[in-house]
Amino acid sequence: MAPPFEGIGAAVRRKEDLRFVSGHGHYTDDINRPGQLHAVIRRSDRPHARIRSIDTAAAAAAPGVVAIYTAADLANIGGLPCGWQVNSKDGSPMVEPKHPVLAEGKVRHVGDPIAVVIAETRQQARDAAELLAIDLEDLPAVATIADALKPGAALVHDAAAGNVCYDWHIGEAGPVDAAFAAAAHRVRLDLVNNRLVPNAMEPRVALGDYDRSTGDYTLYTTSQNPHVIRLLMGAFVLSLPEHKLRVVAPDVGGGFGSKIYHYAEEAIVTWAAGRLARPVKWTADRSESFMSDAHGRDHVSTAELALDRDGRFLALRVSTLANMGAYLSTFAPAVPTYLYATLLAGVYTTPAIYAEVKAVFTNTVPVDAYRGAGRPEAAFLLERLVDVAAAETGIDRVELRRRNFIPRDAFPYQTPVAVQYDSGDYFATLEAAMKHADWAGFPARRAAAAARGRLRGIGMSTYLEACGVAPSKLAGMLGARAGLYEVANIRVHPTGSVTVFTGAHSHGQGHETTFAQLVAEQLGVPVAQVDVVHGDTAKIPFGMGTYGSRSLVVGGSAMVRAMDKIIAKGKKIAAHLMEADVGDVEFKDGRFTVAGTDKSKALGEIALTAYVPHNYPDDLEPGLDETAFYDPKNFTFPGGCHICEVEIDRDTGVVQVVNFAAVDDVGRVVNPMIVEGQVQGGLAQGIGQALLENAVYDADGQLVSGSFMDYTMPRADNLPNFTVATENTMCTHNPLGSKGCGEVGAIGSPPAVVNAVVDALRDFGVRHIDMPATPAKIWAIIAAGQPKMAAE
Amino acid sequence: MYEFAYQKPASVADAVKLLADPEAKPLAGGMTLIPVLKQRLNKPSMVVDLARLGLAGITVANGTVTIGAMTTHRTVAQSAEVKRAIPALAALAAGIGDPAVRYRGTIGGSLANNDPTADYPAAVLALGATVRTDRRTIPADQFFQGMFATALEAGEIITAVAFPVPEAAAYVKFPNPASRYAMVGVFVARGPAGVRVAVTGAGQGGVFRHTGFEQALAKSWSAAALEGVATPADDLNSDIHGSAAYRAHLVGVMAKRAVAAAG
Ligand SMILES: Cc1cc2nc3c(=O)[nH]c(=O)nc-3n(C[C@H](O)[C@H](O)[C@H](O)COP(=O)(O)OP(=O)(O)OC[C@H]3O[C@@H](n4cnc5c(N)ncnc54)[C@H](O)[C@@H]3O)c2cc1C
Repeated sequence: MAPPFEGIGAAVRRKEDLRFVSGHGHYTDDINRPGQLHAVIRRSDRPHARIRSIDTAAAAAAPGVVAIYTAADLANIGGLPCGWQVNSKDGSPMVEPKHPVLAEGKVRHVGDPIAVVIAETRQQARDAAELLAIDLEDLPAVATIADALKPGAALVHDAAAGNVCYDWHIGEAGPVDAAFAAAAHRVRLDLVNNRLVPNAMEPRVALGDYDRSTGDYTLYTTSQNPHVIRLLMGAFVLSLPEHKLRVVAPDVGGGFGSKIYHYAEEAIVTWAAGRLARPVKWTADRSESFMSDAHGRDHVSTAELALDRDGRFLALRVSTLANMGAYLSTFAPAVPTYLYATLLAGVYTTPAIYAEVKAVFTNTVPVDAYRGAGRPEAAFLLERLVDVAAAETGIDRVELRRRNFIPRDAFPYQTPVAVQYDSGDYFATLEAAMKHADWAGFPARRAAAAARGRLRGIGMSTYLEACGVAPSKLAGMLGARAGLYEVANIRVHPTGSVTVFTGAHSHGQGHETTFAQLVAEQLGVPVAQVDVVHGDTAKIPFGMGTYGSRSLVVGGSAMVRAMDKIIAKGKKIAAHLMEADVGDVEFKDGRFTVAGTDKSKALGEIALTAYVPHNYPDDLEPGLDETAFYDPKNFTFPGGCHICEVEIDRDTGVVQVVNFAAVDDVGRVVNPMIVEGQVQGGLAQGIGQALLENAVYDADGQLVSGSFMDYTMPRADNLPNFTVATENTMCTHNPLGSKGCGEVGAIGSPPAVVNAVVDALRDFGVRHIDMPATPAKIWAIIAAGQPKMAAE
Repeated sequence: MYEFAYQKPASVADAVKLLADPEAKPLAGGMTLIPVLKQRLNKPSMVVDLARLGLAGITVANGTVTIGAMTTHRTVAQSAEVKRAIPALAALAAGIGDPAVRYRGTIGGSLANNDPTADYPAAVLALGATVRTDRRTIPADQFFQGMFATALEAGEIITAVAFPVPEAAAYVKFPNPASRYAMVGVFVARGPAGVRVAVTGAGQGGVFRHTGFEQALAKSWSAAALEGVATPADDLNSDIHGSAAYRAHLVGVMAKRAVAAAG
């Protein structure tokens, strides 16, 4: 019996799940080091204040306290670096105020760390932290973009006049203005992209360790990218050389972007471990996570579309205000610019696009990339705008989209906003989604719902996004302060089993299975004999980590390249053993064969020869262990069509998602089950953004939705059974043809949901609803539309 | 948590003695108290666990359902006797929190806490129940005294709650989207105590009786009777989940649904 197929396309069960679902995962908080101390951070409860004084005497005298540090103790430590520079329209660099590890002179948001107390137990550290006497002098705070931009508004940073970080633009205004002047239709929409709290299931943890005998530091941390943390913290914050600093990110319980960034606590525990020559551990509680993990989204935009008489898009003009929070988080400046405005062509042939983006400081938690990062904001803006354009031009919304789709034969397609799409077929995903969703049957379902007294609506989004960050040269031109390639080391062991060392990091995505399948496909080694190792700078040559759906398309491509090298070397060994010419050796299904003969050697035999090179080519190194760095040639461009159907209870305004069909183009699918899981998770978060989640600050700068009592996480009963399918075109520039699937769900779904809600309410004269479309908002619309019922 | 002493007495009398210390706190299911302690919002000298006082259990006799203070939400939800006598009460208990909360949380803890968005207070008030303590009985109308405030004296322990069996009753809850506590919960009952309507979740002062609805329903026990009867929004909560006007509206909607469900 042939072994089961486990290569590309097989729905292999996730190898890692047994340990996760049986409670045997090994997370950072599960790690404890001998002699470990505990750190508790005292954070600001004020949004903006001057620190008059910090009296540590009482806390220092408390039982078990080993050390207390404030900014004054960190004089030789750098600020947390920002990894991306964006320049304003006039060429001037963004305003980049120092992001101190502990607040220097002022606190700038609720949650800003002021002091750290380190004690023998966590309980003692908490007790002592309460004894710190911190005298704060309140300053006026700006909690929202609107408040921050008011003339005379309080300044978050003295260096940022008007609270503006940068005022950036892309595209050419002239042709856009001309197109608008000549257009038959102009459509304008003001919209908000709501602020979100990522809320990974596992809170952040950091444990610093220092080895007195070697002078080596180790940081165990909940990170999506340990090498990036080593680079940023080592080079910019603590001045520790790479060879003296190891960063380990073991099993990580979800990240969604929030665990990309280099956080203050990582630097604190590492530095303190060295100072105290004892391990120091910090574990966030949930309340702390709400005010210390980077938030997501938070845009206020105006979008305008010019159309000709037939509904062809002529030009798009976008003006966006993006909240950066109080400090620049690691990749924050890139999110509302290069990950957002470059996607504003979407799937459409709009010839002229101009977008300006003003990034604004506020007295709130820093904002950075969150699942989708910029692309959900772009997709929401475009797909809402297209629906409004359809309503206002009287052209059917599906027909309007079709008329403007980039044609199948137009690839590679150069957009007016810098990026070039390599492949796609938006008609195919649209048709498939409409079939899955039974779009044609909707009017009957709407009528049936009306008979039951319910309002039913359907909405779609035909979205596009960019993944696989990023070609280093291009990223560098756009302001990235790092390369964005990925690294793989493939080690074929003497007896033929394989370890893959990858710079990507899995925090729920199933890499241990997907990457093993790549090895099964290319080297013919069964998945059970392949281990994937990630998350340790001491084991893996280098890597940029996991975000932006890059792990397969960039990291997987590096594996393919490394395995190419394994095969090339194996052929030389095989040729030697079989006394053949290297050019005549073929490799297939795990065997090296001399073409046209029945002479063959299994990979395992070649591996053993490589490590026991008794009979071996003179000019060849022993061993079968290869590394490849892969720098992508372009972004990848997944896209697709999401269709959402909702029913609204007209008495309460509650929206129920009754059907959801997502058809995505993710390029080559390695494991369809994992792709479906990734899409489902993304849809849950997208529906969460559209209907439930909202990070709300009050005018005084307090986070009102600072716990699960008020921050509405999506739950199972908020979600329908999803219909998830793919219609794939291959990426043309990476060896796998894959495009990435981690974020499509969160990107495509919010506009589909809101379009459906607006459709359900079409008789109430509503044009747009900002997210989340809560029952209260919807009831207000229904009540206003029916004055008689509202008086009840 | 701050440090505290822990005692698990074996009689109500012993528990009352321990609770004579004004800094001591009774512990029932801990579903509210433990999170409060974890957040260091409370610093008791001693936690007095009520688990061994024999206060759990349900009896039905003489038209009264008596539920021991330590009876969990899950026990009430699953109880065949409660389902038979006051199905609305079993259904209410089944809608509290999640399974873990229902396995631990108790009726006594819920009432002593009197969270303005808790479910049980609506049932106790609408059914005209009586709260029994270690020293007296307190009628529902006197028990609830504003949010998180009750008629309980310091150190007084709820031992049981006695519910007269109604002719018809129902509870309908509009859950807060985030916490799933009641944003608006309306309990309607018709029985020995007349027609009573209690509203939880909506009011700034916690659970309250809706006299306008009571009068309308006393005249005609039907959802239609509530049409046009006002719910003043003045004393209702307003927050990120909804305005006072929205809550006032929901009170009407939930009440109508409750009357329809009560039959
Ligand atoms: C996630 C979650 C969701 C929840 N959802 C809901 C919901 O939807 N609806 C709802 O109504 N509630 C909800 N609750 C609250 C839950 O019902 C609790 O069980 C209840 O509020 C407290 O009951 P307890 O037995 O856990 O009391 P404890 O937490 O042990 O005690 C609560 C308070 O009452 C005092 N106390 C306890 N028992 C007595 C007694 N017999 N006599 C005098 N004082 C006493 C304690 O000292 C304490 O002050 C939720 C709780 C959680 C954690």
